[in-house]
Amino acid sequence: MIDVSGSRPVPQDLLVVLRHPPHGTQWLREGLDVALVAAAFGQRVGLLFQGDGIYALLKGQQAGALGQKGTHPQLAMLEMYDIDTLWVSARGLRERGLSTDDLMLPVVPLEASAMVELLQCHPHTLIF
Amino acid sequence: MLNYALLLHAAPYSHQAALSALRFADTVVANGHRMKTVFFYHDGVHNASALMAPPQDEVHLADGWKRLHREHGTELLVCVAAGLRRGLLDVGEASRHGAMSHSLEAPFELTGVGQLVDAMLTSDRMITFAP
Repeated sequence: MIDVSGSRPVPQDLLVVLRHPPHGTQWLREGLDVALVAAAFGQRVGLLFQGDGIYALLKGQQAGALGQKGTHPQLAMLEMYDIDTLWVSARGLRERGLSTDDLMLPVVPLEASAMVELLQCHPHTLIF
Repeated sequence: MLNYALLLHAAPYSHQAALSALRFADTVVANGHRMKTVFFYHDGVHNASALMAPPQDEVHLADGWKRLHREHGTELLVCVAAGLRRGLLDVGEASRHGAMSHSLEAPFELTGVGQLVDAMLTSDRMITFAP
């Protein structure tokens, strides 16, 4: 885990970019599944929450009215799989009126320039 | 020569992505590279439907993927979790779930996400096609 924004992101083996909110589509669930399986295969996995994907991290989530399971149980499993490198788009947070205090896990906010560097420095990137 | 893997998230015909992925795969082999693996995930699992029946004057996507396997040995891997949810079952899964018929046949293979990770690690390039 890197300490503060401004320092250089430490590349993992795989970067999974999550851009969709918990409900409404299957994107977030299936993206998190890949991250968890890759970690189970011994890969170091970093997650980047971008755009509405940031809502995945909001505290106080429930399964919801659609009969879906929700994705918060998957997020709760990240630590068990040693996935603790979580980045979020700082601009995405600002646009949604959120701060890192609203999120259920510790994250590192990145400005746009740092996100470009993040994508460039990872050997593998999967976007969901 | 490079080993290529494709990750296909898009349903057939609903979006351009599946057609683009097949064209890309054909171009990979036409240029002397190896089209090692296509992994079907998310709505992309529908590309593996054995019951696909497009009009005769349209590209038959499932046949296109099967041709790649036949002529170039491309692995056609379908995520089992994404597939079962969406009704893609081979004979074994259909029997296990008490379904009246199956919808997925060889050379498509139901497999786990671990195979996606493996394809990513053992290929020189993995390219995602999404809607």
